[in-house]
Amino acid sequence: MNEEIKSFTISVYTENNIGLLNRISAIFQRRHINIESLTTSQSEIENVNRFVIVVNITENQAIKVVKQIEKQVEALKAYYHTDEETIYTESCMFKIKSDLLFEEPQIQNIIKDSNARIVTVNKKFFVLEKSGRRHEIELLRRELNVFGIMQFVRSGRIAVTKEEMKISEMLSAFNNQL
Amino acid sequence: MKTETANKTQNVTEKTERITGSEAIIRCLIAEGVDILYGYPGGAIMPVYDELYKFKDQISHILTRHEQGAAHAAQGYARISGKVGVAMATSGPGATNLVTGIADAQIDSTPLVCITGQVASHLLGSDAFQETDIVGISTPVTKWNCQVTKASEIPEVLAKAFYIAKSGRPGPVLVDITKDAQFGELDFKYEKCKGVRSYKPVPDTDLEAVSKAAELINNAKKPFIVWGQGIILGQAEEQLKAVIEKAGIPSAWTILGASAIPTSHPLNVGMVGMHGNYAPNMMTNECDVLIAIGMRFDDRVTGNLSTYAKQAKIVHFEIDPAEVDKNVKTDVAVLGDAKSSLSALLPLLNENTHTEWHQKFKDLYAIEFEKVINDDINPTKEGLTMGEVLKQINIESKGNAAIVSDVGQHQMIACRYSEFNITKSNITSGGLGTMGFALPAAIGAKMAAPDREVVAIIGDGGYQMTIQELGTIFQNKVPVKIVVLNNEFLGMVRQWQQLFFDKRYASTEMTNPDFVTIAKGYYIEGKRVTKREELAAAVKEMIASKDAYFLEVCVEKEDNVFPMIPSGASVSDIRLS
Repeated sequence: MNEEIKSFTISVYTENNIGLLNRISAIFQRRHINIESLTTSQSEIENVNRFVIVVNITENQAIKVVKQIEKQVEALKAYYHTDEETIYTESCMFKIKSDLLFEEPQIQNIIKDSNARIVTVNKKFFVLEKSGRRHEIELLRRELNVFGIMQFVRSGRIAVTKEEMKISEMLSAFNNQL
Repeated sequence: MKTETANKTQNVTEKTERITGSEAIIRCLIAEGVDILYGYPGGAIMPVYDELYKFKDQISHILTRHEQGAAHAAQGYARISGKVGVAMATSGPGATNLVTGIADAQIDSTPLVCITGQVASHLLGSDAFQETDIVGISTPVTKWNCQVTKASEIPEVLAKAFYIAKSGRPGPVLVDITKDAQFGELDFKYEKCKGVRSYKPVPDTDLEAVSKAAELINNAKKPFIVWGQGIILGQAEEQLKAVIEKAGIPSAWTILGASAIPTSHPLNVGMVGMHGNYAPNMMTNECDVLIAIGMRFDDRVTGNLSTYAKQAKIVHFEIDPAEVDKNVKTDVAVLGDAKSSLSALLPLLNENTHTEWHQKFKDLYAIEFEKVINDDINPTKEGLTMGEVLKQINIESKGNAAIVSDVGQHQMIACRYSEFNITKSNITSGGLGTMGFALPAAIGAKMAAPDREVVAIIGDGGYQMTIQELGTIFQNKVPVKIVVLNNEFLGMVRQWQQLFFDKRYASTEMTNPDFVTIAKGYYIEGKRVTKREELAAAVKEMIASKDAYFLEVCVEKEDNVFPMIPSGASVSDIRLS
């Protein structure tokens, strides 16, 4: 079994119930695994939620954690994938003084080169949004930091897998059983 | 009585009635076949207790002396009967006091439904009187839990709770019900839960895996079975016996697997693990195929994993996919419940006797008998041993008693030396090692199986953790037999201090009260035995008693339990002294 620590994206399909986040995060906490990022949202299926959890662990650990998650009554299915097996991105926002747009013309170039998007501009500040890989976001943050950032926030990773997830089939099989 | 209950269930499913949430809770319990529950009232659960009062001819509530006792009593009830045990408590401290029992039930896969009262929903999160986040607190130690804030949710949630607790690998479920949901009204209709879409209780048995397992077993020269509680929970005792006998495989058990096959069965070679028998531990590292059935390779069973059965092919029959390859890498995993998997396996097995291989177990047993067992059960030294007490209990109960043990030296002795003729007879806290378990668990066991002899074996330490349940025994006239093996020490910790901490007996010596007087204070007949010549008659008197009976046996203070696999050592490094 591979004992090398690397980044795994754990995807979990769940019922949308109160307390499930606690139940799932407890599985990591109990094994002293730090969650690098965690995002939950509606999935492609009505009333089914999806967790995307990024952790740095061994594959052996990933297999066990996925089984422990699936063991939870309200978890429909869990998967683990390496970075290569997913398409993933993060999103971030910067709030910056509007004056800088005019005083520091280089900012406009940075915005253009980074494919960032201006969400809003007013007299006091403007807000910049960018999606991409972590290193792209980091580069942009470092470049803008020179001029001063009023606020910065970055989301957790969101990811879809190259592999097909057969959750709908699973759910319809259950409905046929009843 | 039984048909009446069945009819009632039928009635409630047919039409709806406008009733309160608290009445709905009781009606749900009755519909699930609950005849006894254990609990302790308090502010946030009072409406439910009011209904219990009204329904007392259909369901009895046993008032324990502490909520922990209620949880353990429900566990004892569940473990001996295979039914779901029910415990009830109020919010705040009532709920938190259940937690030890819930954690114990979680690690030992015991089906429990715990119902806790909660402050009214408008007070949630306001730090109200006796408010605690019991759903948050119990999450890591429950199979499932849920908070109910509306009366209308009660029937569905409780139906789901019973279904989840009992199905697949059983476990504890907690349902937290706010006081306003108890007072609120609903149109009541009860339907049993038939499935939850995100939950597959029993994985399908893969017949290909079964035939691979059969092939390995048929080709094995030195096959060895270790079974666990999965046999008992899956009601697969007959199937296991058939497999063992057909293939002639020496078979050992984990602590929770005890009694699934009678102790006297010729192929039953004893207990594995830290204080298990010599032969099965040694042979674990000599067998060529290790067949694990309904067990989870707990660290107290395996010792050092890097030297555990490395020479053997591992076949694992298991209901919980998360247990497969968790601690020991398997060569063939057969998912599914033990009964159907073993039924599928049986016809594929060749008949065999493995006489020579079995002889090795007998030879090692002879060594263990000479070096350990004989001195334990037929001692010649002056002080009484725990082993000879168990031997007397075996004689008087004829091996038909259910033995409820606490945690420590006496527990290991009870598991090693009890004779079991009947399944579900070894009720003990295996995974969590909860001192204080036995006395309340014995109450639940006796009430669930009133026709059986129930003997609690407890140390002087653990006894004092839940000693107040003598009050429950007295009030409800529960005829349990209580044996305290008193060595005036926390014996197992003292043993470790002797062996691994240069006899520095830090906080393990106990100055004990007069236990017989305490029992008598609860009007429970009792006797203290200090000499060997008094023992047989005292045990006889205890077993013959129609009422609860307390027997204190003052045993040798510094006896050790052997064999022993020191923690972190290999199973084959088991020490006989």
